Amino acid sequence: MAQDLPRISANVVLPKPSLQKVFDNLRAAGFGLIGPTLRDGAVVLDEISGIEDLPVGWTAEQEPARYRLKQTQSQDYFAYGVTPQSWKKFLFQPRINLFSIEKTDGKWQFKPANETIPLRAFIGVRACELSAIAVQDRVFLSGEFRDPHYARQRERIFILAAHCGRAFSTCFCNSMKTGPKATEGFDLALTELPDTFVMEVGSEMGSEMLRNTSWERASAFDLGRAAQALQKAERSIERQLRTEDLPKLLYENLEHSRWDEVGARCLSCGNCTSVCPTCFCVTVEDTCNLNLTTADRTRLWDSCFVREFSHVHGGNIRPTIRARYRQWLTHKLASWIDQFGTSGCVGCGRCITWCPVGIDLTEEVKAIREKVQR
Amino acid sequence: MSLAPTAVELRMMPDPMLPHRAVVEDVQPEAYGISTFSLVFMDTAQAATYHFLPGQFNMIYLPGFGEVAISISSNPATPQVMGHTIRYAGSVTRAIGRLKVGDTIGLRGPYGSAWPMEKAVGKNVVIVTGGIGLAPLRPALFSILRHREDFGRVVLLYGARTPADLLYTGEFERWQSGGIEVHTTVDLADENWHGQVGVVPALFYRIRVDPKQTVVMTCGPEIMMRFVIYEALARRIPKESIFLSMERNMKCAIGFCGHCQFGPTFICKEGPVLNFAAIEPFFGKEDF
Repeated sequence: MAQDLPRISANVVLPKPSLQKVFDNLRAAGFGLIGPTLRDGAVVLDEISGIEDLPVGWTAEQEPARYRLKQTQSQDYFAYGVTPQSWKKFLFQPRINLFSIEKTDGKWQFKPANETIPLRAFIGVRACELSAIAVQDRVFLSGEFRDPHYARQRERIFILAAHCGRAFSTCFCNSMKTGPKATEGFDLALTELPDTFVMEVGSEMGSEMLRNTSWERASAFDLGRAAQALQKAERSIERQLRTEDLPKLLYENLEHSRWDEVGARCLSCGNCTSVCPTCFCVTVEDTCNLNLTTADRTRLWDSCFVREFSHVHGGNIRPTIRARYRQWLTHKLASWIDQFGTSGCVGCGRCITWCPVGIDLTEEVKAIREKVQR
Repeated sequence: MSLAPTAVELRMMPDPMLPHRAVVEDVQPEAYGISTFSLVFMDTAQAATYHFLPGQFNMIYLPGFGEVAISISSNPATPQVMGHTIRYAGSVTRAIGRLKVGDTIGLRGPYGSAWPMEKAVGKNVVIVTGGIGLAPLRPALFSILRHREDFGRVVLLYGARTPADLLYTGEFERWQSGGIEVHTTVDLADENWHGQVGVVPALFYRIRVDPKQTVVMTCGPEIMMRFVIYEALARRIPKESIFLSMERNMKCAIGFCGHCQFGPTFICKEGPVLNFAAIEPFFGKEDF
């Protein structure tokens, strides 16, 4: 049965069970599926085999320092908000081997790591997360140096974005202008309605994956319903971060008493940097055999909240938690813009949900803004 | 996504974290716990294309121990042999201190910004350094000596804790006969020291400079540089004419590890040599 395929930027409707056919097409094209699935009391991102692995009917309550799964009567596949972990862990992996070293005839040999990189389809990427990927593209690919490890992973993914049907209490994507609608960077983007998916085609590959899936052109009625769903999601956003003059505000208030206050609450655990979809700090370590004839050089995620992070001979640049929190927040919201031309924050709210003491960066900025001290 | 590299680019994309092999050609003790290691790339093609600017640094990697950022302290006119004056301060530098001539190590670079040699042409140059802070300025001194007529008065103000901690003392005579005024000071004198005792910034009182015609280059402990800048500004030397070399923890030297950030500045990329006017809002901020 020959069927035309939709053009790029076309909108189609797809019956919900037909999503499985999209998955089948992806697998036939060699893509492994990575998507949301229930595990350990959370929705995690991992390999899935089909739509039955998606968290149907599950949602999650998210508040500062609180994340609880909740089952609902709905049959929605993508109602779970943002997952604790972001897609960062696939593109910018927590731990990679950079190279191996061997001593032969008393001389060191450096051997580049042999990476095998699978084709992967990311299922259910949120608008804020697409922005986060775009932010990391700038960090790793736009400068004088480019990270080949990130580049190779990045090149081999397919993105099926899924719009949020509603915001959670820690979300503030519209403040950061990253959502709730996905505008670019996806192959397919779906809006979930109670009875069907409305899907926007973002690339030729996305269109190709709709082959034989019983898609139909979206009617004006369906498009209206999808737009309404997005409006409803946007209206449900409670949290806000005022971004005007934010770099200036923070740079001019580096000695604000609020830093002492938040420094006293912050545990310096680094949860926020782990769950942040854009944080990119790493460290390196060597593991060697006992007689030091072979070694492996490993790159792993680090955090500016780690005490040794800023250690130099003779001391530590940021010995206090106050200094480390200030570094994180000013980097994320201010110096990131100087460095990469974009904010480091996409408004996903993970750092708020997963902070064990519920520190909320939007509150911290508000406190500084309300009582500017110079 | 326009930033995404093409498939061909991906295959060709070198890993900037991968070091090249180098051999220790010479080890020259300079002071207690400080030696200059002269390194040469094993790959002759690598050695032939390598060059560096005064103020830049290399990443030196010792397998099993780790990697450290070390300023290049040798003559930029002979870049095939790269000198690194290293103080044994941590686990990596102590292990480097045990290396012998002929040993191999990993090396990548050069990285970072350079001293503003071109901006200094036709001007007086005041170089103010403390302790091992002289190492990243030694290539600048070599450059000045090579093109001495390009510069006005050139002054080196240099201090160390004790007379035994002064580096490159064997070269002072050559520098002076080449037209560089050398003023030294120590914190703690011994019985053979007849020079000045006191902190480095105090050496400013020894010289008079035309502020509009002077470029200051300084490297040393941050507290020293703060007072050097204070002295320079007190003499109405413009902020734009003051350059300093800063130090931060570094894991990658290519702007990826995040460790060396100083406000918006990556010390590894925009630094280590920075113009004071550009970083003034952040310089000296507590724990920043």
